[in-house]
Amino acid sequence: MKTAGFLLLLAGFVIVLSAFALLSSNTSRAVFTLSGIAVQLLGLILTFRAHYTLNEEH
Amino acid sequence: MQIQPTVLTETGMAVCTLCILLVPLVGAGLALVNTGFGRGRSAAHSMLSAACVFAVAVLVFLFIGFAFQGYAGEPSHLLTFRGRQWNLVGAERMMMRAVVFNGSPLSLVACLQLFSVGIAAMIPLGAGSDRWRLGASCASTALLAGITYPIFAHWVWGGGWLSQLGTLACGNGAIDAGGAGVIHAVGGIAALSIVWILGPRHGKYETNGMAIPGHNMVMVTFGCMLTLIGWLGLDSAGAMLFAAAPVNRIPLIAVNCVVAASTALLSALIVTAVQFGKPDASISANGFVIGLVSISGGCSLVSPIEAVAVGLVAGVLVPFSVEWLDRLGFDDPSGSISVHLLGGLWGVIAVGVFVQTRPGQWLAQMAMVSALLGFVLPLTYCLNLLLNRVYPQRISKDGERQGLDMCELGSGAYPELAPVTKDYLYR
Repeated sequence: MKTAGFLLLLAGFVIVLSAFALLSSNTSRAVFTLSGIAVQLLGLILTFRAHYTLNEEH
Repeated sequence: MQIQPTVLTETGMAVCTLCILLVPLVGAGLALVNTGFGRGRSAAHSMLSAACVFAVAVLVFLFIGFAFQGYAGEPSHLLTFRGRQWNLVGAERMMMRAVVFNGSPLSLVACLQLFSVGIAAMIPLGAGSDRWRLGASCASTALLAGITYPIFAHWVWGGGWLSQLGTLACGNGAIDAGGAGVIHAVGGIAALSIVWILGPRHGKYETNGMAIPGHNMVMVTFGCMLTLIGWLGLDSAGAMLFAAAPVNRIPLIAVNCVVAASTALLSALIVTAVQFGKPDASISANGFVIGLVSISGGCSLVSPIEAVAVGLVAGVLVPFSVEWLDRLGFDDPSGSISVHLLGGLWGVIAVGVFVQTRPGQWLAQMAMVSALLGFVLPLTYCLNLLLNRVYPQRISKDGERQGLDMCELGSGAYPELAPVTKDYLYR
């Protein structure tokens, strides 16, 4: 679960990078950037959840 | 388009040099805070670790780190994509051989960065308190000072792609005058990775587990006050070198720092008083530091009223995040994750919220947050995980029970208070 979380963190970053590299208007960049950050938040939740589950098991 | 380096007048150089000379006090303050929050039986180890980690960070950054970080206008590695050049990493000469120490902005940046990287390296020490081996903390610091910190610092402070975003109509590009993101969020991310890898202290979350309070709150509060003096220098020097602030902006920087720290301290104190019936000294002290961390990003660019707002949010954030992380099983004795990571991220976002010199500034700031979460966090965690495979970072269970002082150093910080038992005659 932690690996999946890290992959989501990376994926969100790639979305944000793509927004700046490929798009020209600030509106579309804003939409992509916020989407990327949302994906990263999901990744963070997943990594935190993985840590919590691991602690519960021990 | 390449970002132009800052130009300083002779007065500016002199004032900036004086400000930089105050910066080590931040490190001294953090060392006291980390030690006070830890157990008494690991106090000497904690102070020695702070000194060793600072030394390792300085040397590694001198030998290789600064070459990757560089500075605006200096050589760097570029990636051309769709006709646009993206500045990825510095290409300075190793061991600062290209730096002429004559008071030029480049030499001042090199000097400030040696201290800044030392501060960033001290942040995870508080999170790994009472269980992080001395050698492992030094090795982890080498990775931070040689790879993670310089790359990200180049992106924001060295003319890298985040600072170039101003050319894409995103405000003035990513702004981080005093290092909320570059120093504190990067250090906080290292703290989070260390907590993940080390796991909690024995007895913390077991069936009959208990809260493990810090051993010396006087040390903690004195450390907080000491950091304030260093912080004034750090934010002033950073604002002059990385946000082109003129010398006459220093009074505003000082006012903003004090105002944000005071507001955050009082709001954390009030929140804990409401939560627990009495104010909590440790969380209130953390409130003071998070106020300083969060104002660092826009210290020279926001008004004192806006600094109050920045401090207020930070101060309310810290009690909830400390409690929430504790419930999730993150054993972070000094609250480094809450104070430095969350405070740093809020400091970066606050610049986007309050600094409106050009439209689109918030986009550049969000790109910086994304880079911290999507690049620095995975890289730091993976590097530390690999290190842990080669050189286990956590002390043995027996060593933790004895305390790191006895186990790793052979003598304690408070020998007259230590009971003489077989456990303590280990070496």
